[in-house]
Amino acid sequence: MSVAIAPTRITVATRTRWLWTDTKVVCWRNLMRFVRIPSLFVFSIVQPLMFVLLFVYVFGGVITNLPGLDYTNFLMPGIFVQTAIFGSTNTGIGIAEDLTSGLLDRFRSLPMARSAVLTGRTAADIVRNVVVVFLMVAVGYLVGFSFNFGLFHALMAVVLTVLIGFCFSWVSAWIGLTLKDTETVQAASFTWIFPLTFISSALVPIVGMPPLLATIARNNPVTIWANCVRWLTNGYVYVTGPDGVARQLLPEEGTTGTQLVVKSLIWIAAILAVFVPLAVRKYRRLT
Amino acid sequence: MSDSIIRTEQITKSFGDVHALKGVDLEVREGTVFGLLGPNGAGKTTAVRILTTLLQPDAGRAEVAGYDVVRDAEILRSSIGLAGQSAAIDGNLTGRENVEMVGRLYHLPKAEARRRATEVLERLGLNDAADRPSRTYSGGMRRRLDLGASLVARPKVLFLDEPTTGLDPRSRLDLWDMIRELKAEGITLLLTTQYLEEADVLADRIAVIDLGLVIAEGTSDELKDRIGGEVLELHVAKHEEAARAGDELQGLGQGEHKIDPQTGLVRIAAGTAGAEIVVEAVRRLDSAGVEIADIALHKPTLDDVFLTLTGRGAEEAAAEIEPAPTGRRKRGNR
Repeated sequence: MSVAIAPTRITVATRTRWLWTDTKVVCWRNLMRFVRIPSLFVFSIVQPLMFVLLFVYVFGGVITNLPGLDYTNFLMPGIFVQTAIFGSTNTGIGIAEDLTSGLLDRFRSLPMARSAVLTGRTAADIVRNVVVVFLMVAVGYLVGFSFNFGLFHALMAVVLTVLIGFCFSWVSAWIGLTLKDTETVQAASFTWIFPLTFISSALVPIVGMPPLLATIARNNPVTIWANCVRWLTNGYVYVTGPDGVARQLLPEEGTTGTQLVVKSLIWIAAILAVFVPLAVRKYRRLT
Repeated sequence: MSDSIIRTEQITKSFGDVHALKGVDLEVREGTVFGLLGPNGAGKTTAVRILTTLLQPDAGRAEVAGYDVVRDAEILRSSIGLAGQSAAIDGNLTGRENVEMVGRLYHLPKAEARRRATEVLERLGLNDAADRPSRTYSGGMRRRLDLGASLVARPKVLFLDEPTTGLDPRSRLDLWDMIRELKAEGITLLLTTQYLEEADVLADRIAVIDLGLVIAEGTSDELKDRIGGEVLELHVAKHEEAARAGDELQGLGQGEHKIDPQTGLVRIAAGTAGAEIVVEAVRRLDSAGVEIADIALHKPTLDDVFLTLTGRGAEEAAAEIEPAPTGRRKRGNR
């Protein structure tokens, strides 16, 4: 029996080509889940939908320190960011599932590119996030949200949101590979996701928070991202000063919108720079 | 031997305080079926994981198909197939998609992967179910699909880690046939099993592994010869009389008798005494008034071998090491 596919040496070119083709195969495999169980998309937006309804209709009435800006338009960009981060937990859970089912063992015994299991998975999560963001925009329009800063910026807002989801997919992948058990991964995810997304300007203006939380919130990347998406959807951002009065900061005062975008991208790049190598290393060292 | 396709030299592996392998030497000739036999926790799976590059040994060397399992791991993976204890398939994909995916990840061209998937599915009798999501498959079908996926790239060496554990008798026999067919095609197979009968039926050579060490190696017949002839087994009608039967049979055969009051079993290594020993046993027990339920002289089974080598039965050995890890591995994906 001849083994025609066994090369004697693996060149860098071959390796690169394998990474690309293997990533596509693994990405396809992960997306087939949504083809076979389309209702997964519905469940993906149930939770953010609850947040939208809760905050717009329950808390929205008491959030009044946003002169000139409708709370729904303040909230929805934050919800987009929050949804992207929450959604990333699926990556870790999925990987832990593949680990317990023995599927990762199979992958690791194949001559495929080692990192393709992770790149394929996170690539599939990009596709998933695009769909989820569009569904959330649709939900937003139903409760009175609108893009007010042109199509280009609106698309930028979508791209940024998807990128945020992407970088947290890698964080989640690392957590999944570290904890290895789906239920543990799920439980652990919320211990960092809740503070990260709630102690920020994602859902409510920072002004109402006690000083310590406000300081944390101002330096939380989620605040930067939420403000950035807000700028991209509305053309300006309301930021609350130390005096407790909300005022329009962008684009006039100090920071420009472009700077906000650059800052957002730097945060994403920094998270990727830390967690991509961590996750890949963890994967390589699985036993 | 130049034609050995798997060779390990003194491989060791520990997980913390647990010494899973304590220096294992194996040699498997090309085109044969090699059985790695031992109870749960003996180190079988660890050995397979090292040979399939999933684990690195702490010390020692191992070569498969001419490649070092550590240094040449990347290249080696193209020449091997692995079907593990749990069916490693994606339940959301159809049977065909699963096999095709694995083919693609072996870097077969798309059309070739598709062609071979059809071939493999046909061969494993999964044709009718090929386009159904595999999560709807029965346990036996999932295992066959898993085996199919490991065959798609026509590996030189196939590793089957407890391929029949948990299968119903019918599926087990089907798998045995499959293993014989693969061997006839020239594929080298290394299979682990805790079923003595399975190794006996399938393997050309068998290594008995216990507590991380190979305690015996050879053909099934060679191992049985270690017992030194035949085995006399009898059951007493009243189980509580087993001990008394043992006393009455004192001095018969060779070595110590094994007596199991739970089942009323008395087992005696009969050597080459033949029918004489049966007659003698019946005579003695009859005069002592111990009623015999059944008595038989048989060729030693591998269970007898295990008993002789380790002083305990294979099942006892497994029970000593750990309670069977049931339910730790979850089946299926969402």
